[in-house]
Amino acid sequence: MIGIDTIIQGVLLGGLYALFASGLSLIFGIMRLVNLAHGDLIVFAGYLILVGVSVFGLNPFLSALIAAPLMFGVGWVLQLAVLNRVLGHNILPPLLVTFGLSVILQNLLLETFSADSQRIPVGVLETASVDIGVTSLGLLPLLTFGSAIAVILILNWIFYRTALGRAFRAVSDDPTTASLMGIKPNRIFALATGLALVIVTIAALYLGMRANFDPTTGPARLLYAFEAVIIGGLGNLWGTLIGGMIIGVSQTVGAALNPEWQILAGHVAFLIVLLIRPRGLMPKQ
Amino acid sequence: MTHNARIEIATRSSRVFLVFAFAAIIAAVFLPAFVSRGIIKDMFAILTLLALAQCWNLLAGYGGLVSVGQQAFVGLGAYTLFAVVGLYGFDPLLSILMGGVVALLFAIPFAFFLFRLDGAYFAIGSWVLAEVARLSVAQWKAVGGGTGTSLPRDTVRSMPGTDWVRALFDVSGSAARDIILYWIALILAVALMTAIYVLMRRRIGLGLTAVKDNAEAARSVGINASAIKWMTYLISAFGAGMVGALIFLQTARISPGAAFSVTDWTAFVIFVVVIGGIGTLEGPILGVIVFFVLQNFLADFGSWYLVALGAAGIVVMIFAPQGLWGLLRDRLGLTLFPLRRRVIFTSERTDL
Repeated sequence: MIGIDTIIQGVLLGGLYALFASGLSLIFGIMRLVNLAHGDLIVFAGYLILVGVSVFGLNPFLSALIAAPLMFGVGWVLQLAVLNRVLGHNILPPLLVTFGLSVILQNLLLETFSADSQRIPVGVLETASVDIGVTSLGLLPLLTFGSAIAVILILNWIFYRTALGRAFRAVSDDPTTASLMGIKPNRIFALATGLALVIVTIAALYLGMRANFDPTTGPARLLYAFEAVIIGGLGNLWGTLIGGMIIGVSQTVGAALNPEWQILAGHVAFLIVLLIRPRGLMPKQ
Repeated sequence: MTHNARIEIATRSSRVFLVFAFAAIIAAVFLPAFVSRGIIKDMFAILTLLALAQCWNLLAGYGGLVSVGQQAFVGLGAYTLFAVVGLYGFDPLLSILMGGVVALLFAIPFAFFLFRLDGAYFAIGSWVLAEVARLSVAQWKAVGGGTGTSLPRDTVRSMPGTDWVRALFDVSGSAARDIILYWIALILAVALMTAIYVLMRRRIGLGLTAVKDNAEAARSVGINASAIKWMTYLISAFGAGMVGALIFLQTARISPGAAFSVTDWTAFVIFVVVIGGIGTLEGPILGVIVFFVLQNFLADFGSWYLVALGAAGIVVMIFAPQGLWGLLRDRLGLTLFPLRRRVIFTSERTDL
């Protein structure tokens, strides 16, 4: 039965997808690089948090707080050592390199953690809920959605109010001219990827607390993130949140009709938007 | 002072290679008389992978359309075969062709969506469509839904030509089937490569190269860039559909996960083309050979094999973007399938 409850669940799920999408969007916006390993990096961060929780007995949020700078380092090194070498007008090298990275990550995780599906244990938070009259909302989905809004606010603040954001925008518009002004584009790109992987860690925390994951679940997260970005319109983070909500609601409504239709319904919604509004709902002018 | 000149594509090495290639094809036809069934099965895998690699190479290497969704057409072709053979009792060999046709028909709406997405987004968009195809096929209960199905035993047994091959080579029925499927794989791989080569040597191939290098400039000199993109996409879908049908006719067992596997039908294919040399016809051949050598050496290491393959792909893309064939070509000055047009002066210029 599709009720108000189904819709609200979908909207909150959209927050998770917006978290998946923000990192992807950040990297694409600054260096025109589509990272095909994005989903696998989310899963990788999920395992990192899980190690903190199950091996060292940390609280999941504390574990994510420790994982975040590690992931920043991973992004920094990845960008300087690999991705900066393949940036350029030809789209083929970055796509193939990140696709290779995706395959490497998946199989490394498979060798290390086996194919068993895992979940980050969260204790009472898993079932805690807030009653809002018409329905009761899970505290965890609410927290996810709130984090998505916070991440978007912070990203927009960094982008438009700080020196780092100015550098991001400068290298995005014209790296050559930016470097004349004393900005080192490769350093800025490394910072951007590092920052994107911090967001990936936040996404991984909520993914891992909400649902089971295993080494092969990355590509599906990449697809949801991508769909949210395209539906929203490139370069518009609030649009991305709307995009995530559309995918989320389509999935929960699809699942309410037939559990097997959940994922399919999200993809179909994306295709319909693409058909009607090829540049997304809120394209940046 | 006038000069006589002509345009030539063939080189000395390519003329020698043409003779060699004919000999190799003839030898491949008679191979089943001399080698074991295991080798014929390996050759089947090599040839089908080569055919898929050439399809992807046409799309990405020549057309600049980097797809991560070719598994859609492999799966659709394979499921077409299972539907028409399993449900309606069609001739299995004819059904391979139908697999290609159905993949082609699906490629038309796919292209309509995908050509709205630019460059890199085309890649992920193609992946989404492949997922949609997989999830939709999993809803199709007549072919086993999410768990899949097998081909009826007697349709596999009664494949045309089986008795003739049995008598000819004095082998068992199942070995005879492997030989027939190997021959079909050989025909498919050779036909696809010939078709792509002929296409690339014609005006349209020149147009394709121009569009890939600079779509705006190509349009400005009167090349119909959109028509060329459509054609590339549809041909590679048709090819992948037929190969998919053939592969799953051999396994005789299908499931959505296997038929639409991104690892098997796209990741391997991409690594084969990239490691061998993207944008050349020689590259995928070399890539397939390297792939199978690696596979035999690393067979005991499980998924480490895929880690090594991914790493090899990245290293090649960064340090030798032209692939192994590009390195060889530069060292040896060889071209087996030349596409470059050269002006040959037939009388000496004296005014220089």
